[in-house]
Amino acid sequence: MPQPMSRPILSVDGLSKVYEGGFTALDAVSLEIREGEILALLGPNGAGKTTLIGSVCGLIQPSGGRVLVDGHDTLTDYRAARRLIGLVPQEINLEPFEKVISTVRFSRGLFGKRRNEALIERILRQLSLWDKRDSPIRALSGGMKRRVLIAKALAHEPRILFLDEPSAGVDVELRRDMWEVVRNLKRDGVTIILTTHYLEEAEAMADRIGVINKGQILLVEDKDALMKRLGKKELVIELREPVPAVPEALRHYGLRPTGNGHRLVYTYDTHGERTGITRLLADIQAAGLHLCDVETRESTLEEIFVDLVAEERAAP
Amino acid sequence: MNLRAIAAIYRFEMGRTFRTLGQSVLSPVLTTSLYFVVFGTAIGSRIDEIDGVSYGAFIVPGLIMLTVLQQAVSNASFGIYFPKFIGTIYELLSAPVSFLEVTAGYVLAAATKALAIGLIILGTSFLFVEITIQHPVWMAAFLVLTCLTFALFGFIIGIWAQNFEQLQLVPLLVITPLVFLGGAFYSITMLPDAWQAISLFNPVVYLISGFRWAFFGLADVPVGWSLVAISGFLLVCLAVIAWIFRTGWRLRP
Repeated sequence: MPQPMSRPILSVDGLSKVYEGGFTALDAVSLEIREGEILALLGPNGAGKTTLIGSVCGLIQPSGGRVLVDGHDTLTDYRAARRLIGLVPQEINLEPFEKVISTVRFSRGLFGKRRNEALIERILRQLSLWDKRDSPIRALSGGMKRRVLIAKALAHEPRILFLDEPSAGVDVELRRDMWEVVRNLKRDGVTIILTTHYLEEAEAMADRIGVINKGQILLVEDKDALMKRLGKKELVIELREPVPAVPEALRHYGLRPTGNGHRLVYTYDTHGERTGITRLLADIQAAGLHLCDVETRESTLEEIFVDLVAEERAAP
Repeated sequence: MNLRAIAAIYRFEMGRTFRTLGQSVLSPVLTTSLYFVVFGTAIGSRIDEIDGVSYGAFIVPGLIMLTVLQQAVSNASFGIYFPKFIGTIYELLSAPVSFLEVTAGYVLAAATKALAIGLIILGTSFLFVEITIQHPVWMAAFLVLTCLTFALFGFIIGIWAQNFEQLQLVPLLVITPLVFLGGAFYSITMLPDAWQAISLFNPVVYLISGFRWAFFGLADVPVGWSLVAISGFLLVCLAVIAWIFRTGWRLRP
């Protein structure tokens, strides 16, 4: 559930990145992430998701703007800021000849933390990697390697975790496992920002959704509220006899015939004063059509996202 | 100062050495032994003593320098280039570490390896020739300073290199010729005057000369110059690395 009362742990203010050659990857992005929430950042390829993460985490030098992590500026007070952040990159970047446990220990040391074998064992067990702790990384499957990346990111006990496309190239079962890991982290109080192409993933896990396109944040909104606000409902009316075309008397409802005329789809706004369903059903009966079945369905996050990006593209 | 980060990088890099012990240690020892057999025994037996030092012993400082320079440069350059190549550099860039700490971790590890190999070669040379080190403290100081300085230089090459070819370019095409022409196997005083003057522009001449002085009390150039040359190069390398990390050149887009 979203936590509207929690304070922002990450504040991005007017962050921009213009590469040599003039390409604007981030265009004055401002964003606040609340402590303990899961924010899913959605956007098409090249929208600026990874650049945004890279600029916050220190991989990319921003051209302008400011990022505060729990009040610490990522440029002037980078040590304090970075200590709070864990990063799981999109690519599987791991030293192939290193053992699993050594690479996780290395990550903890790099962040200036004292050795803590009990903690590393807990992390590896949590990620089902304990049995593989002495295996060289090159011997692991793709999914296991991704888990190692997560273990490395968690080794210094960060309060904020960036997951850049955590499910890319991961099979369905492992993806579900990964979701479970993320939910457990949230339960432990870790703030999570994830970018994903799998809208199902965002829908399943996120408290809030951010949509980014062409380096600009289009919206950041509570997931449920977003789905309520932008989501449309559809009423699917199944007819006993197919109709070759929508009868004249029903034209003003904007019905969409499907299934070779066996079904009529009526789209309505759930927040409208009147949905028009009662009148529609009465008019269908008056038009001499016989109902066989009626069902409703809600737009998925994917449909909302596609609409949003399409609107943005259509904008001048 | 994030000392644990320095220790973590150092341990990680040393771990790589122990994983590839044969390649890291045996290979330079074998190469040096071959130099002794070819130059020291086969050819050296036909060469008179140089300033009272047998030719076999005379080439020991040069041989150590040749390997130490190559090892310091290639270990440090590979150490930082490999994370760039496979993408694990993201971890260094997102960690709470300063340029000084990252450099210290990689350079100390590369210098340690080069120093260890230098000492192993020195030990190997005792099997072939008789040597008495006149200034052991200065010998150690020159060796350590050279290892550190050239590890720093290698670190810069590793950041600069954008492919494996570039990574090999400087050690093979710059370091090796400079060492061979820097008096590793001869005294530059044996050269004609013009070539002696040209040799003074070769920085490695100062290293080998100073190092040889520590062994035998013989030097092609005053030992003070040798110290100034190596210290100056050390400062230049430090300044370049400070600039790289400040600007993010070839590290942060």
